[in-house]
Amino acid sequence: MTVGIVVVSHSRALADAAVELARQMLPGRELVVEVAAGTEDGGLGTDAMAVSAAIEAADGGEGTVVLMDLGSAVLSAETALEFLPDDVRERTTLSAAPLVEGLVGAVVVAAGGATREQVAAEAGRGLAPKEAQLR
Amino acid sequence: MSTEELQAWLRRFAELVHEHKDELTALDSAIGDADHGANLDRGMTAVLAALEEAPPADAAALLKKTGATLVSKVGGASGPLYGTLFLRMAGADTFPAALRAGYEGVLARGKAEPGDKTMVDALGPACDALDAGRSVAEAAQAAAEGRDATVPLVARKGRASYLGERSAGHADPGATSTALLLQAAAETLS
Repeated sequence: MTVGIVVVSHSRALADAAVELARQMLPGRELVVEVAAGTEDGGLGTDAMAVSAAIEAADGGEGTVVLMDLGSAVLSAETALEFLPDDVRERTTLSAAPLVEGLVGAVVVAAGGATREQVAAEAGRGLAPKEAQLR
Repeated sequence: MSTEELQAWLRRFAELVHEHKDELTALDSAIGDADHGANLDRGMTAVLAALEEAPPADAAALLKKTGATLVSKVGGASGPLYGTLFLRMAGADTFPAALRAGYEGVLARGKAEPGDKTMVDALGPACDALDAGRSVAEAAQAAAEGRDATVPLVARKGRASYLGERSAGHADPGATSTALLLQAAAETLS
């Protein structure tokens, strides 16, 4: 079982595209990536209950790492923790990494069987290649 | 706090949000992402529908249902913030104690401080007034003054903070809707 990944965004299209970009790194490999993005009516926004459901769906026992865009995505992810069962909440990490770069790093190591701490650390290093290139 | 009183408060707040929807959105378009009025109106409409569909057994259940609906249906940052306010209110026996608990929840969730040009600037003065033994009407007045005091401030939280100095000169939309929340309380709670 691998660590699950959850993407929280204001925009369903943005989340789906970020996941598509990240999955390019995983040809032929399985990884659970759940998305909680946009409002019910297809608009821009986040829903803490949807985030909570996505975390539960992505958690296969090894925990989850949650990547998010900005503003209410962060507040909704934090609020979502309140609605999780204790055991699931304890193995959920909210990552401060930038969404796209963090997600790409996270999926690669998660699919390789890394622990939740390793996946979160890799996401957190997501900006390093860009920073090195532009130095 | 009786269930009936709280329901009257929430209904009046929903009415005020609906009446002021365009004003809240206009404030938010000046300094944010132009969705506060529409978001809060959608959230409070969903709250009234949820309470209608399954009437809560007591005040705590009503406040929890309200909070859980807002965190899900609002869409913007005001969802988790107002949602947390109501969720934390559920544990208290009196309105002043409940609002104080809610305020502390908002502070913890949003990590804003007084003077950051947020709903905290209206909610904090209202809690202080109630804790000093003043009436709900006086607390609403304090919230309105807190809202007015956000006009010259530079935003330090949320989307408005990206604007820096340009965020000064407009009332904060969150402080404005919080003043409506207290106005509704003054009209419905004893």
